[in-house]
Amino acid sequence: MLSIKELKAQVEGKDILKGLNLEVKAGEVHAIMGPNGSGKSTLANVLAGNEGYEVTGGEVIFENKNLLEMDPEDRAREGLFLAFQYPIEIPGISNSTFLKTAINEIRKYKGLPEIAAKEFLVLMREKAKILGMDDNLISRSVNTGFSGGEKKRNEIFQLLMLNPKLAILDETDSGLDIDALRIVSNGVNEFRSRDNSVIVVTHYQRLLDYIVPDFVHVLYKGKIIKSGGKELALELEEKGYDWVKNSELTAASV
Amino acid sequence: MTNKIGAKQWYLENFKIFESKLNGESESSFHKVRHGALRKLQELEFPTVKNEEWKYTNVKPVLNQNFTPAANLKFKTDNSILKQEYLFEGFDHHLIVFVNGLFNPELSNIGRLPQGVIVDNLKSTIKNRPELVEKFLHRSKIITAFDALNALYAYDGLFIFIPEGKALVKPIHVMYINGDNETNVLSQPKNTIIAESNSQVSVITNYVGTGSKNYFSNIVTEVFTDANAVVDLYKIQNEKTDSFHIERTEIHQKKESVFSHFNISFGGALIRNDINSTLDDEFCECNFNGLYLANDKQHVDNHTFVDHATPNCLSNELYKGILDDESHGVFNGKILVRKDAQKTNAYQSNKTVLMSKKATIDTKPQLEIYADDVKCSHGATVGHLDDTAFFYIRSRGVPSSIAKSMLIRAFVSDVIEKVKIESLKEKLNHMIFEHLNREEI
Repeated sequence: MLSIKELKAQVEGKDILKGLNLEVKAGEVHAIMGPNGSGKSTLANVLAGNEGYEVTGGEVIFENKNLLEMDPEDRAREGLFLAFQYPIEIPGISNSTFLKTAINEIRKYKGLPEIAAKEFLVLMREKAKILGMDDNLISRSVNTGFSGGEKKRNEIFQLLMLNPKLAILDETDSGLDIDALRIVSNGVNEFRSRDNSVIVVTHYQRLLDYIVPDFVHVLYKGKIIKSGGKELALELEEKGYDWVKNSELTAASV
Repeated sequence: MTNKIGAKQWYLENFKIFESKLNGESESSFHKVRHGALRKLQELEFPTVKNEEWKYTNVKPVLNQNFTPAANLKFKTDNSILKQEYLFEGFDHHLIVFVNGLFNPELSNIGRLPQGVIVDNLKSTIKNRPELVEKFLHRSKIITAFDALNALYAYDGLFIFIPEGKALVKPIHVMYINGDNETNVLSQPKNTIIAESNSQVSVITNYVGTGSKNYFSNIVTEVFTDANAVVDLYKIQNEKTDSFHIERTEIHQKKESVFSHFNISFGGALIRNDINSTLDDEFCECNFNGLYLANDKQHVDNHTFVDHATPNCLSNELYKGILDDESHGVFNGKILVRKDAQKTNAYQSNKTVLMSKKATIDTKPQLEIYADDVKCSHGATVGHLDDTAFFYIRSRGVPSSIAKSMLIRAFVSDVIEKVKIESLKEKLNHMIFEHLNREEI
């Protein structure tokens, strides 16, 4: 589904990603962990096409297409979704108007007719129920006046509504209490399928108790320095990031 | 027509023609007001950019043309001039229509009014209720030559009177249709809204342009809000884009009155609004909401002034603008808190988004405080649409054109949200996208 080769990127002239490699196949869940400043959010933003980040090398192939050549809206229409670390408030635009516009634009791209009003409403209710959101939240303006937890929940609601092929969750767990974490994880697990993939970007292992990954990667100084199964996350939690940093240094000196 | 004799001379000379057509009316006491204005106009000069209050607004283009006062002209009235699209729908209202500032009874549909309520034109009111005109209009201030010009030809305009304790349930919808195919017209309604104590009224004024010739709207509006009265005044200014529009709005507020103004500015070559409220008595509330949109080479200037003359009053001002192409905006918002005006709450905010590199804004918030126990804040920001929000919307599959529209709607939403008439909100949103040539969302 996604193939990242030697990806290099800068933010404001500073090298952040320094040759990152990652393969994600359909149906897989990958966790990207790493200390602050290692490049986790940069990776998420570069994949989604944030123009504030400059790609300086490497390639990203998504569903056999060159992802880096596409505008953010085309990446979304091709089936990529980024759940933002800090979701944006859009006053004056209701959640339903926002999502209906997005769904119809994606459908138009695929040559499909617009979604019927009733079908849309049924879909909204069904997905909102999974996340325990009430109807009132749906008619409210996008994220406006929402608490941190409500915003994160709304990101996952958008994920379920748009139903992409690949979901990238950028620190979706930050600032969530245990109940909200459960609800949000439940939404992500609802999305998981044989055909869909997830990249979970997180600092902490906690989220991975609920969204159990197939692979865990450690990102450090812009490169993946260690990969393993879900047990790697537990090991990291126990030993801390210094453990991988040191083992990397040991490996390098051998 | 280019100006050969200078604007002032032109308007003074035309006054002789105007006077000769007044017949018996020239004997009325109101005619004294005009003669007072005549002396004032002889004394005053039209403002130049050397005048601090007009520093960023050069009125030369307005003065370089000779506009003929509407009262001196005979128009062929064509009823198709009132287009359905001008009217605001979705709520019951009393409709009063002015063409080039002159009342048009055929196009108006005022309907039944509660006893004692007057929704009429100035001309009839001078005849029917001279005592009201005497009481309220004889003391109108003349500050600039434009005010003097308006008073000189004061002939017609909106006249609303809501007697004590009456609440008008339906809003009053006032249409001003300006312009002509043959003459460059000077349209000068003189508007008066009087709300006696404990009364309530909502007035929606809509200025639109028609005809092939450009024109000049020079308006004076006075609002008298007596104790406990609640007055909402919506001004939707959508003049022809080659025309000029200058209005001074004076609000006099008495004890515990609430006045809310909405100044929504869409079109015109040169727009200048002066909106001044004097909080003359305790526990008044004054809300100034503004939205200005301009493109091409349009110029829009909003000058507001809230005079906190007494203690315990509240004023709240929010002005937002979107400027595209080579348009130029001016915001000058002054709040004066006088020495005795303790416990004043005064807030002001001005935010402008520039959509192009050549669009400019001069913004000047002014706070003058002479009392020591007050809560006041003011601020002005100028910026561009938020890049992160733009990316966020596009990352959901929404194309950049619609993403921009969403951000525009988001930007104006806190002003639009204050509009109290639901269907008017939708109409205004629609007009915003239409005016900015953007896809509607």
